[in-house]
Amino acid sequence: MGDWKTITVPALSSASKIAYQNTSEKKMSPSSLNMQQVLCSPLPSYKSMHSFFSAFCTEENVEQSISYLNRELTTLGFPSLYSECKDKELNVVSVLNCMNELLVLQRKNLRAQEEVEIQHLKLGSDMDHLQNCYAKVKEQLEASRREIVGLQERDRQQQCKNRNLHQLLKNEKDEVQKLQNIIASRATQYNHDMKRKEREYNKLKERLHQLVMNKKDKKIAMDVLNYVGRVDGKRGAWKTGKTEARNEEEMYKVLLGGYEQRQKQLLVENAELKKVLQQMKKEMISLLPPQKQKPKERAEDGIGPVLSDMEEDAVELNKENMWELSCETVREQLTNSIRKQWRMLKNHVEKLDNQVSRAHSGALNGSDVISREDHELETEKLELEIQQCKEMIKTQQQLLQQQLMSPCDDDDTSVLLQDCYLLEERERLQEEWKLFREQKKNFERERRSFTEAAIRLGLERKAFEEDRGAWLKQQFLSMTSDHKNSEHVKTPSAYSGSSDPDNQLMNFRSRQKKPHCLPSVHPSEDLCQTIQHIPPNSNSSVVLNKTTEDSKPKQWKGLNKAETE
Amino acid sequence: MNFSEVFKLSSLLCKFSPDGKYLASCVQYRLIIRDVNNLQILQLYTCLDQIQYIEWSSDSLFILCAMYKRGIVQVWSLEQPDWHCKIDEGSAGLVASCWSPDGRHILNTTEFYLRITVWSLCTKSVSYIKYPKACQHGIAFTKDGRYMALAERRDCKDYISLFVCSDWQLLRHFDTETQDLSGIEWAPNGCVLAVWDTCLEYKILLYSLDGRLLSTYSAYEWSLGIKSVAWSPSSQFLAIGSYDEKVRILNHVTWKKITEFEHPVTIANPKIIVYKEMEKSTRVETESLAFPPARAQASSLFSTQSKYDISQVPVTLQYVKPVTDRANPRIGIGMLAFSPDNCFLATKNDNIPNAIWIWDVQKLKLFVVLEQLYAVQLFQWDPRQPRLAICTGNSKVYLWSPAGCVSVQVPMEGDFQVLSLCWHSSGDSMALLTSGFLEVWKSLQPHFHYMNMI
Repeated sequence: MGDWKTITVPALSSASKIAYQNTSEKKMSPSSLNMQQVLCSPLPSYKSMHSFFSAFCTEENVEQSISYLNRELTTLGFPSLYSECKDKELNVVSVLNCMNELLVLQRKNLRAQEEVEIQHLKLGSDMDHLQNCYAKVKEQLEASRREIVGLQERDRQQQCKNRNLHQLLKNEKDEVQKLQNIIASRATQYNHDMKRKEREYNKLKERLHQLVMNKKDKKIAMDVLNYVGRVDGKRGAWKTGKTEARNEEEMYKVLLGGYEQRQKQLLVENAELKKVLQQMKKEMISLLPPQKQKPKERAEDGIGPVLSDMEEDAVELNKENMWELSCETVREQLTNSIRKQWRMLKNHVEKLDNQVSRAHSGALNGSDVISREDHELETEKLELEIQQCKEMIKTQQQLLQQQLMSPCDDDDTSVLLQDCYLLEERERLQEEWKLFREQKKNFERERRSFTEAAIRLGLERKAFEEDRGAWLKQQFLSMTSDHKNSEHVKTPSAYSGSSDPDNQLMNFRSRQKKPHCLPSVHPSEDLCQTIQHIPPNSNSSVVLNKTTEDSKPKQWKGLNKAETE
Repeated sequence: MNFSEVFKLSSLLCKFSPDGKYLASCVQYRLIIRDVNNLQILQLYTCLDQIQYIEWSSDSLFILCAMYKRGIVQVWSLEQPDWHCKIDEGSAGLVASCWSPDGRHILNTTEFYLRITVWSLCTKSVSYIKYPKACQHGIAFTKDGRYMALAERRDCKDYISLFVCSDWQLLRHFDTETQDLSGIEWAPNGCVLAVWDTCLEYKILLYSLDGRLLSTYSAYEWSLGIKSVAWSPSSQFLAIGSYDEKVRILNHVTWKKITEFEHPVTIANPKIIVYKEMEKSTRVETESLAFPPARAQASSLFSTQSKYDISQVPVTLQYVKPVTDRANPRIGIGMLAFSPDNCFLATKNDNIPNAIWIWDVQKLKLFVVLEQLYAVQLFQWDPRQPRLAICTGNSKVYLWSPAGCVSVQVPMEGDFQVLSLCWHSSGDSMALLTSGFLEVWKSLQPHFHYMNMI
């Protein structure tokens, strides 16, 4: 609504301005009537008006229509169309004026109509909205009415139920009452019966007693070889009034004994408590003096020493008589002094508390605070360190687990991996490896000596070969067919005798082979070597950790520095 | 630990003599006296019928054997084996027999509680006490043996008679404000007598030796009341177990309640140690027992088949729902006993039959709960130290001390169900009793060193 208005008002005003301009134009230039007609042309009743005009005035009734118009206009308050001086003569000026005014009026009316229409529209929409609202509200009203009705119904039901329950409760209560009454009556009945039964029973017992006991039952007897002596060795005394009195006396003795014992216990307890009290007092006194004197001197010089004197007296008195006297004066003194000192102690503690709080609040920039800050920083640092350590441990664990979990393709690596974790084994292997190395060295040495020996042998053999050649030659030359056989037998023996070094050589060779074989026979040696080479790679985790370890402390150092700075 | 050979026994009749030198046991109609140290038979007495009850006299010189069925009591002397004494109650019958504290008088209760006959071994005199009340704890002697309190019933009212034991003279006679008195018990110092009413009403009365009513205590009304009562050895506390599954402790100064111990099914306090007995089948596991030193002795002889585990709290104990519409429902505190040093109180709640609660009396707090595999039959404190022996009707004996607890298998073949046990007065040995004709000895070494572990 408001929007509508704010928009329309300026439009209206502009329209009126235009209209005003038009009218002024009209006023200034009456020749612009045509234009005015053009302006008026959009009027909805233009045609009809035209026709009306045409119908209204014809050539014949000009006079009448003029006079009619004049009448009409005069009744409407316009000046007469006729000139005043000349009767029945049309005053053109006034006609024109009238026309103009009529036109102005017409326009005004049109505008008003427009406004009214807009207003009407607005109101219509308002109306719609309100109607909607109304409908909604009405619905709501209906709904709430229904709800109310429902609630009322429920309330009624609840009340009904409540009433029923009340009734039930009442019934139950009645029932309980009834049952209680029944129980009570039963109980009395039971008790009564019991008593009756018991009486009967007693009567029977009595009767039985008489029957059994008075029959002089021969069977009721004690058959004893000989009577034994009493435990105390005394003989039984006759029952007399004296013994009765003695028994009484003894009973009271026992009772008294009991009470005395209890009193002793209480005394001991009391003494102990007193001791504790005394000690407490002493400790309080030893704690208090330096604190006690100051305020007293400050506050009341005269009374202070007197009071302390009195206390001292009390203390002395207590010390002297505490254990003997537990009379009321001493007790009072003791409790009073304790109370006093307790008060002082309390004050002192409170004062100390205040001091502490003051120091705490007052000296924010003091050294204490700084140290505390330092402390906090330190703890923070330490915590950070702990955190990092924990993280590291976690990563290590993870890596370890990963390594353990990852399937190893070749046995060597798995062995190696295992070795990584089994330091012992590794050490053992290293030792073995060392041993092997030594062995290898030894073998090398031996081999060298053997080669030397072989060379020597080779030389000797050469010489021997030469000798043999010469000898054979000789033999050949000086040989006969008979001799030949015998010589043939000899030669092998000569061979065998000379072949020892050769054999040795063979042996040596076989031995020499061994070190060559060793790697294949003992892969562990190989392993050792690989271990030596591989660990840095295989123990990547360890290395990693090492690096992290190496790197992290640096970081921390940096951090620490940053923090300390 | 040494176990003796098994001896025959009938109707669980086995008792150590008060001086600790002898052990009496019964087999049918024979009474066998053994030396405690070597278990050799010292004496063998033959009674007229199957023995139903035995009791040592306080000076360990005499032993009485009651044969209720025949109404006979036979007394034997250890010093003079040929000495004999037979008391015949004749047609009056016999339902109970006991020694007077001086060991020279025998109190026989006739059938229907017609009267109590006091027979003297020193003189021919016989005294009769009429109107004894038919109740379980009707007779109570003071610890020093000077006085006897007797519950009486006459004209539908309860009375207490106090007698001087030396000459059986009536010292005091007074009526009690009870509906139906069910028990009396002297405080160990002999100055206060606790009197409690029937279970239908929670009421306990405390009388001085001179018959004055010191105090009355009633915890609640309209419900089943007192089930068991126990004095602390120092006479300082009176523990009252009731059907509401609580133990209330009264003090000896004001006779007001100091505290009450509840026995809930669930134990949630983490400070309480809950030992739970666990079945063990393998021997290897027993060696990792709570008592490592025990295995050296025990498992060399036999394999222990159960052990104690410390349960994590909260623990829910095995609970038996009592049948409440029957008489004597299995609910409430049926057993309670103070340790001889006054430091602990052991209790058993009848509707949690497998558990024993041990309370710290100094702190007045629950200390330990033992949960057994089977229902607890009996527990008894070592007379010398805070050590509790428990039997649950199986072939094991359980021992608890503040240091810990242990289960000991009785090294016997076959079904050996320990139903009862009794400590020797020195606490060094213990007799284990079963329903069968068996009897086992266990000499516990004086230095029971495995108990000191943990």
